[in-house]
Amino acid sequence: MKNTDAYGHVRGESIYLDDIPIIYNTLFACVFDSPIAHGILRSVDVSHALKMKGVVRIILAKDIPGVNQIGGIVADEPLLAEGHVHFQGMPIALVLAETEEIARAAAKKITAVIEPLEIITDPRVAKEKNELIIPPKKFKMGDSDQAFNDCVHVFSGRADVNGQEHLYIETQGAYSVPMENGGIKIYSSTQGPTAVQRTVARITGLAMHRIEVEVGRLGGGFGGKEDQASSWACLCALGTLLTNRPVKYSLHRMEDMRMTGKRHPYSADYKIGLDKDLNIQAYEAVFYQNAGAAADLSPAVLERTLFHCTNSYFIPHVTATAYSCRTNLPPNTAFRGFGGPQGMFVIESAITHAAEKLNISPSVIQRKNLITPGAEFPYGQKAESEAVTTWMQADRSFDFEKIIADAHNFNEKNKYKKRGVALMPICFGISFTKTLMNQARALVHVYTDGSVAVSTGAVEMGQGVNTKMQQVASETFSISPDQVKVHSTNTLRVANTSPSAASATADLNGRAVLLACESILIRLKIVAAEELNIPYQVDTIKIENGFVFHNNIQTKLDWQTLINVAFVKRVNLSEHAHYATPGVHFDWNIAKGHPFSYHVYGTAIIQVTLDCMRGTYEIDFVKGVHDFGKSMNTLIDNGQVEGGIVQGIGWMTMEEVVYDANGKLRSNALSSYKIPDIYSVPHTIDIQPLSTTRDNLAIFSSKAVGEPPLMYGIASYFAIRDAIRAFNKNASPAYNAPFTPEKVLMALYDSEVKEFHSHHSYH
Amino acid sequence: MLSFILNNDTIHTDMPPGMTVLDFVRYHKHLTGTKIGCREGDCGACTILVGEHRDDVVTYRSMTSCLMPLSNAEGKHIVTIEGINPSAGHLTPVQEAMVEENGTQCGFCTVGFVVSLTGFCLNHNEISQESIIASIDGNICRCTGYKSIEKASARLINLLNSNKNSASLAFAIEHKIVPSWFAGIKERLAEFNVAASESESLEQIKKYTIVSGGTDLYVQCPEEMVHTEAMNVFNRKFLNEIREIDGRIEIGAEATVTDLLESPVMNEIFPQLKKHLKLLSSTPIRNMATIAGNLVNASPIGDMTVWLLALNATVLLRNAFQHEMVRELPLCDFYEGYKKLAKSPDEMVEKIYFKKPDHCCRFNFEKVSKRAFLDIATVNTAMFLRIEDELIVEAHISAGGVGPIPLYLKNTSSCLLFKLFPFDEETLRELIFILESEISPISDVRGSADYKRLLMKQLFLAHFTELFPAS
Repeated sequence: MKNTDAYGHVRGESIYLDDIPIIYNTLFACVFDSPIAHGILRSVDVSHALKMKGVVRIILAKDIPGVNQIGGIVADEPLLAEGHVHFQGMPIALVLAETEEIARAAAKKITAVIEPLEIITDPRVAKEKNELIIPPKKFKMGDSDQAFNDCVHVFSGRADVNGQEHLYIETQGAYSVPMENGGIKIYSSTQGPTAVQRTVARITGLAMHRIEVEVGRLGGGFGGKEDQASSWACLCALGTLLTNRPVKYSLHRMEDMRMTGKRHPYSADYKIGLDKDLNIQAYEAVFYQNAGAAADLSPAVLERTLFHCTNSYFIPHVTATAYSCRTNLPPNTAFRGFGGPQGMFVIESAITHAAEKLNISPSVIQRKNLITPGAEFPYGQKAESEAVTTWMQADRSFDFEKIIADAHNFNEKNKYKKRGVALMPICFGISFTKTLMNQARALVHVYTDGSVAVSTGAVEMGQGVNTKMQQVASETFSISPDQVKVHSTNTLRVANTSPSAASATADLNGRAVLLACESILIRLKIVAAEELNIPYQVDTIKIENGFVFHNNIQTKLDWQTLINVAFVKRVNLSEHAHYATPGVHFDWNIAKGHPFSYHVYGTAIIQVTLDCMRGTYEIDFVKGVHDFGKSMNTLIDNGQVEGGIVQGIGWMTMEEVVYDANGKLRSNALSSYKIPDIYSVPHTIDIQPLSTTRDNLAIFSSKAVGEPPLMYGIASYFAIRDAIRAFNKNASPAYNAPFTPEKVLMALYDSEVKEFHSHHSYH
Repeated sequence: MLSFILNNDTIHTDMPPGMTVLDFVRYHKHLTGTKIGCREGDCGACTILVGEHRDDVVTYRSMTSCLMPLSNAEGKHIVTIEGINPSAGHLTPVQEAMVEENGTQCGFCTVGFVVSLTGFCLNHNEISQESIIASIDGNICRCTGYKSIEKASARLINLLNSNKNSASLAFAIEHKIVPSWFAGIKERLAEFNVAASESESLEQIKKYTIVSGGTDLYVQCPEEMVHTEAMNVFNRKFLNEIREIDGRIEIGAEATVTDLLESPVMNEIFPQLKKHLKLLSSTPIRNMATIAGNLVNASPIGDMTVWLLALNATVLLRNAFQHEMVRELPLCDFYEGYKKLAKSPDEMVEKIYFKKPDHCCRFNFEKVSKRAFLDIATVNTAMFLRIEDELIVEAHISAGGVGPIPLYLKNTSSCLLFKLFPFDEETLRELIFILESEISPISDVRGSADYKRLLMKQLFLAHFTELFPAS
């Protein structure tokens, strides 16, 4: 089935936040944010701004009627700065004006007196100063200390991986409208409507039932709107509460980039030990997560780094420690992969380090150590592994040895063009690692004309969840998809939702839709049996393609008639169903449990070609085998795979978040922060589905697909490294992603750069 | 009062001429299909088509409406997605292809792609997968569905290949790529009389800030631009001609990069023109950005500036108050310091010219940026050589991103004179020594000083590997 939203998208008729028709009397908001990364906020001068014609009100922290607190996991983040500022871009004041233009102009006239304090941007420095968001977290399996003594090969080093700007093309925003009796309705571009509702309640002091959050769709989220959409909704709601007027705020791109957090940069130390047969016996890693100025989702991201610190490998002795370090950057947040990719980058660096020292291909170590079914992850869950099966199928389909040999031959023949190859097995756990979040609800109405309306907690942001929900309902009822409409996400229709995140949205909400439809279906079958005068033979009744079947024989009773009969008989045609993922649990006291409903596996190989004259590169291909389970929508799932791969490659290559020592974002616009364009995507992406007989717990056995493919992109980093070493065999650049053309050229000619400096030091 | 056609409606508006077309269509005409992604021409979500009546046909070009002043819409046909959509329940072949190939995920960038592809169908010179992809090189999809969009593009190429001999517009109407009323646009545009005479334009310069393509002004100071009394010089016939005259090539100040790309004269002289200019921004920006704008902007990494410096080009400046006051200035003397021009505020660039290279000349342009395309250069450089009897008899090298101004590398250029290629090692060392003494890169978001120094050296060497491929 095609994406159900595509028709509106290609006609420009899908409605995003900024497309909502302006409501009479609307005020426009703009934030005045801190120009200093850390300091004591002595005073704020809004007098010049207030004098401007069209400025209606300026809101400061002291005007907040509820609690000035937006922190979700840890209550450490004020909505508007009070006493201190902790990062450049931290909101200090909110201007409300008659037009957007006036609001922006007025915000520029606000000034603040800030007494500067020491600025920390490096997570290792923060750790030294004991600036930690939460106490460190640790995973331990076996005894790595002891095991290293028995290893033949032990290597240790450091790996760094930078952040990533979400760059959803639709910026953050919210629109709040006053309702009767002091209630507020908020249109929000959020992945987490309930988070918005809860946070607005805290800020305004209103009960949650007075606050309605409505989400039509997002122009991209990627995790950036999981927690960080709440600020703008809170600010607008605050404006509405204080002025009793609608308030809209759709951020400009530079405001968005400056004020919001990104994927977490990590610095890590690793130590890897192998026996003589290249089995990884021991692995130690210490992760320094750059959390930014407040917790946001950092503790949960930190946990997933630990969950995925051994990627697809079985290692008997593992000690992994992770520090969430407080720095003076905007609070970093969820981003597709949620800390997992950073954990995987570090172990892939360790493996590559070992392979280079042992003068073998990293793929030898990778293949040797893939986790097999029944083996245990460091957190206690046993693997139902497809690591080996995906690897072997990919090898059969694409012939890794030949690809590597061809690249080698090419390199022999070309002086200034070099090819590099790297493999990337992935393993990603599906479920929120916080067990309580693994629940969802759906509301299904069958109307008397036979049409079906579905509401869930799932937010459509391009991942195709509307289509999948529509499929679940139409397939369960066995009616045409056209008879099913999936509606906006609204906290009045479906309450207490988990955010659309963790790749689990279709699983959780799809199961809830399935349960709701099944309940209605049972009632309909009873009605059908009565109508067909076989009242005790419900089991012989089936509904297929819009008709009632009895003992597999089509009757004259069609869907439409059946619905009418049920309504006349006063049978309930609506259902609100609840689903909670069974079997998941985790105990942080011992750091063991069964946190994931299942894992997604895959293996990909990436080849790059380097222009060694200029230090630039192209991605030739990504080929591999991915574990879709049994995809319920191959068009949409392939889109997720290709999109994830390209985003992962972007993270590893050109996307470079640059903050200066003062905590000022230098890569603050699309002109200075580059994401993949159509020319930078791999020339070929060929990802085949894994053929497997193993069943799984996903909706319709169709495994979650949002995040895992992003991690194939990590191979692009190591492929570039491979190509560099084909040109300059002594090159050993630091493991420090992304591999920008700058780092590539410097590594290709590292001796010359050193020479230049020694030469010039004589002057 | 500005007049133009927006989709199927004739518009007469008193809105500020400096307002962007994006804000006009979205917030004043409530045509919300055109999206806002970045407001700096870097994402393409706000792409529109601009139809212009030139040489008895209406030519449609894609442009980013976020950088386009309303004044530049005057007398044109502005097309948004709402002007392309067929009646409810139907899709155009472009839309159909995007749906069938799953070329849309979150949908926010989708309209930009549909509009760009529709523009390609209306206007194509060459039907190939390469050229259709080039038409969407300014559209960013973050989700990112480029492979699916490539497949959708391939479908359109198949459709366009079925066109045996119809004109593009007639074919597009016949296949419902655009509504049938597009056929009447040419006559309707002809009714607008916007062709200002030369003297009238110069008269206006006294009163107004000159805006040509707006592609940098609207990035640098969008808020100020809205209320600036701007003068539209974009696409004035007398300012955008590219011609060969008396052994030299003259480029009108308001010629766009696309005008250059499509110019037969330029393509004849520079066989690598398409390859080189592909490195400059993107199709919609090239459709707007003018040569004079690039020169006057004085960016140390201006691509066209670096390109023209190596052609040893001359700038012709005319005084707005005394029309007869014209002076000529070598481009290499045009830059006095960072963003400082050897030009009085009363002077405007009227044309740029350079000596027509003969068959003994070789020319190369190099540019490296973080992203290969649609990015600002980290370092760019061009080299012009004239070779007689294997000796270099004329040499000009330019470099951007390695100093406060776009550099003409005078000493390196002279050092090349009467050298024999390939160079011996000592000569090469000497050349590189001189080259490095002429540059002074600084560290910034585009790269460290060390990197830029190394890159400049590498690109200097790359000129020779490109110009002497056998060596």
